Order: sequence, then C-alpha cells, then structure tokens
Amino acid sequence: MDAETLLLRVRNLSYAYAYGSLLACSDISFELHSGEVLGIVGESGSGKTTLLNCLSARLTPTNGIVEYDLRGRGLADIYALSEPERRLLLRTDWGVVMQNPRDGLRMNVSAGGNVGERLMAVGARHYGAIRGEAEDWLQKVEMDLGRIDDKPKHFSGGMQQRLQIARNLVTKPRLVFMDEPTGGLDVSVQARLLDLLRGLVRELGLSAIIVTHDLAVARLLADRLMVMKDGAVVESGLTDQVLDDPHHPYTQLLVSSVLQV
Amino acid sequence: MTTDAEFDGAAGEDGYNFAYLDEQTKRMIRRCILKAVALPGYQVPFGGREMPLPYGWGTGGMQVTASIIGRDDTLKVIDQGADDTTNAVNIRRFFERTAQVATTEATAEASIVQTRHRVPEDPLVEGQIIVYQVPQPEPLRPLEPREVECRKMHGYREYGLMQVSLYEDIARFGEIATSYSYPVMVNGRYLMSPTPIPKFDNPKLDGFPALQLFGAGREKRIYAIPPYTEVKSLDFDDHPFAVQQWEEDCALCGADDTFLDEVILDDQGNRMFVCSDSHFCARRRAEGHGGRLSEGAAKAYAAAVGADRAPEA
Repeated sequence: MDAETLLLRVRNLSYAYAYGSLLACSDISFELHSGEVLGIVGESGSGKTTLLNCLSARLTPTNGIVEYDLRGRGLADIYALSEPERRLLLRTDWGVVMQNPRDGLRMNVSAGGNVGERLMAVGARHYGAIRGEAEDWLQKVEMDLGRIDDKPKHFSGGMQQRLQIARNLVTKPRLVFMDEPTGGLDVSVQARLLDLLRGLVRELGLSAIIVTHDLAVARLLADRLMVMKDGAVVESGLTDQVLDDPHHPYTQLLVSSVLQV
Repeated sequence: MTTDAEFDGAAGEDGYNFAYLDEQTKRMIRRCILKAVALPGYQVPFGGREMPLPYGWGTGGMQVTASIIGRDDTLKVIDQGADDTTNAVNIRRFFERTAQVATTEATAEASIVQTRHRVPEDPLVEGQIIVYQVPQPEPLRPLEPREVECRKMHGYREYGLMQVSLYEDIARFGEIATSYSYPVMVNGRYLMSPTPIPKFDNPKLDGFPALQLFGAGREKRIYAIPPYTEVKSLDFDDHPFAVQQWEEDCALCGADDTFLDEVILDDQGNRMFVCSDSHFCARRRAEGHGGRLSEGAAKAYAAAVGADRAPEA
C-alpha cells in the first residue's frame, strides 16, 4: 500500500458534552497516512474515547473538521456526508473494535453470524460463501473452528475480543479504530492478542488508531503516539521518541508511573 | 367501501357508533391506511384506541376493519384458517352487533376478510380486502431492540441484519427453519413481517389481486400491500425459499395442496392432518371429495341415520 496516501486529516477538533462546559477534546489537529498506526494515550478522563468517537463518525464534534480519503472521491468531510453514507463507511471501509465486546458483538448471534453480518450488510447472499469467509477469518484470529456456531456470550473475554476483530476485518477495511482492545484481559491473553493484532496490521497494511492507557500496548503497536491530558494533546511524536525521551512533564509522569517488574 | 358519516348512532346497539369507533378515529385510521398503501410495506404509526378485548386478540385488525367497513359489506373472520374458533366467532359477532353487516364463511362472498395466521385457500379477487391482525409488526425487533435503530435501518434500506437471522437458522438447523412470520421485501423497498402466517402462504402475497391491510394494535402500526405488488421472501442463493411440505393429504377432504393442521386423535399416537381452512375443507367435502378418514366418518354417519341398508333395493 502507498505509504504516502493521506488517509485522515483532523483540524481543530473540539468537543463539549454540554454548551459552555469543559471541553472533552480541545483544538486537536493531526494527520494519519495509510499503513500507519497511531496510539492515543493518557489517563482516564483525558478525552481519548471522546476523540475516537468523534473521529469514527459516531459523535459529531462541536468544532473542527474530520476528513477521510473516501475511495474514488478523495478527502471529504465525514460530517458533511449523508447519514447512510457514514453508516456505510462504518461497516465497509472502517472497523471499530470496542473496549467492551458486548458493545461490538451481537451476543445472541453465533460467531459465524457475527463475522458474516458485515458481508450480508453489503449484499452477500450466498450462505456457503459467507460461511467460508467466516471460517477463514476465525482461523486468522486463531479461534477454534468448532466454536463457529457458538454464541459469543459463551466465549471468554479474549475470544470475544478476537471475534470482534475478525468481525471488523472481514470487509477488509482500510482504517480500524480500537478503544482499549486489551482492556480487561489478563497479561498472557493480552500478549497473544497484541501479537495477533501486530501481525494483522502488518500483513493487511491496515491503518489504525488505538486508544489505550497501557503504554506497553502503545509501544508494541503504535508507530506514532499522541499524549492527551484534560482534553488536549500535550505531546506527540514517534512512539519510541515519546516514550524514551518524554518532554512534557505529564508524559514524564506517565512514563515513570509504569510499574517495572 | 361506503361509510355512512351521517349514521345515526342511536340505531347501533347500546348507542355505540356504527362499527364501534367514532368517526374522527375512523378518519384518522383511514388517513394512515392511505399513507400505508402509498408506501407499500412501510409501517405507519397510528393513534390506536382501546378496544373491548385485550391486546393480542386482534385489536389492530379490528380497528382497521371498523374504519373501512360499510353497510353493504360482507365480513368473513378467520383465526388459524378456521371460521369457528373463539377469536373468529367473537370478532364476527362484534361486527354483527356494532355494524349490523352481513357475515359469511365463504371467502368468495366476503368483501372484507379479517384474518389471523392464514391467507384463505380460495383465491381472493380484485375488490376484496384482507385485513391481517399483527402481533409484532417489526421484523427486525428480535435482532435489534432499539426502535430508533430499526427505523434508520428501514429508512436507509439496511437489511443485512435480517439475513443474519436466516444465516443463524441454516447454521443451527441446516435449513431456513423459520416457518412463520417469514420476512419479505415489499416492492423491492421495505422489509416487512407478513404477520404470523405460515411461510406456506408467503408466495400468495406476491402479486395478490386484493388489497392487503395489516393492523397492529399494541404496537400501533398500520401497513399495507396494494394489489399486484411484488412481494419477495428473503433467502440465500444456495438456500432458496421453500414452503412446507406434508407427506399426507387432508384426512377429510383429500386436498394435497393446502396448509394442514395436525390433529391428535387419541393417546396411542394416532393423528390426522386436516386443512386449516375450515370453509375450504367443508366445501370440498360437500363437493364429494374425500380423504383417508372421511370414509369412516361417512359410514358412521350413514349407520347413525339408518341409510346403509337403503341401496340394496
């Protein structure tokens, strides 16, 4: 994939939950190129998830512009698109992996159905083909094919998260938004999931924006980092540079707060 | 349908207005029906009224019928295909009392057919109206509990989710096991629940010559299929839509192309299959058709009336 393509451009994005209240995101600008993985780190309440929701067309920003490189149309303001166009974008060219799998999966639909939903949403009507594709993706996320007809409510947290990833990647999106993809998982499961994610991102040439409070996750997955505090980006740069040589006092605090084992 | 707006309420039983509902309510419902006919398959909200029977017993269908019925109409009411079940008998009597209309059991003689769970076996023709009682108008509801999201899906024609429910059927049972309320696309635009009619009746809905109205009382929705509208049952390319099949014919009239009900005969495992459309079955028997059990029934009848010795002469 062409690493030079500008995929997402954000200019002066702000969001306030109520008029006149504190800004959950204030005056954020950045660019994302194809194939790039951007990490957003910061403490709880710093506005990471709000920013992610604004970027992924699920929360209209109070101010600012989010532009995305639509296939065949070039950069376009996603909030100027009609709602059906935005919804189509969300289930084809984009993927959203939620922190809580309950929000991102249909818990009463089998694993195969969960993966196949996006295919059916874009018009697939051949059961055998849909099932084949679902099996293929379950294998890619290292899930036991014997569980394809089981419901996600009977899965472990790690399996649910992997299923969520398969469900999002099945339409071969170009940009994936992840909100704390490893939250709530124990370290060994986390490590496997991170390994899987890193492999998939490299193999498919995906771009991703990953929100996390876990610096280890950011270090493993992200090419670039943005550090947020109180709704503002206080520092950004290459991951290694930000983590090894933090400039802003808050980043220094964040890096030094990580427990060493 | 002619409706008498100047009807003298005192003439109805106990001072009720013609067909129970007041004229303003009927006008409101008629406006909703017109909108529903203009947008085939679209669920039009309406101000549902309290009816003198519980939700789930046909309040939606009754309100639609009450709004379109006129003095000259002939009403047929069926429940599970039968004219003589509790629900059918009571709704028929309700309109006999409140609208003094003629009622019938013959599909061909009726101008309005109110139905629950079946489309009559006899074909309906132009000029007739069939009114369905609808318990749950929203086909997406089992998969998507949010009403706002459901309406967006209808608005943007995003019906992939309905396909997921069929996928689940095949994954679990090896075939599309949904046998009633089988979802259909109306006029290539709106996804619609054909109410709990068996999928056996789904093909009849396509290009149906009569006007089809659907009333959901609890959910307060009306929708419609105008005559000769395309109605297509959802399916997969490699699992095409198919209707139920029976290994037996009707035990009473011998019909091999109708929807059959299973009737348990005793506690020894004996059973029979009979037409669910009671009027259709009775007419065929009157015409001389017979099934597996009709001979025994006829003999028993003949013995009872002493006619079995008569042909010897």
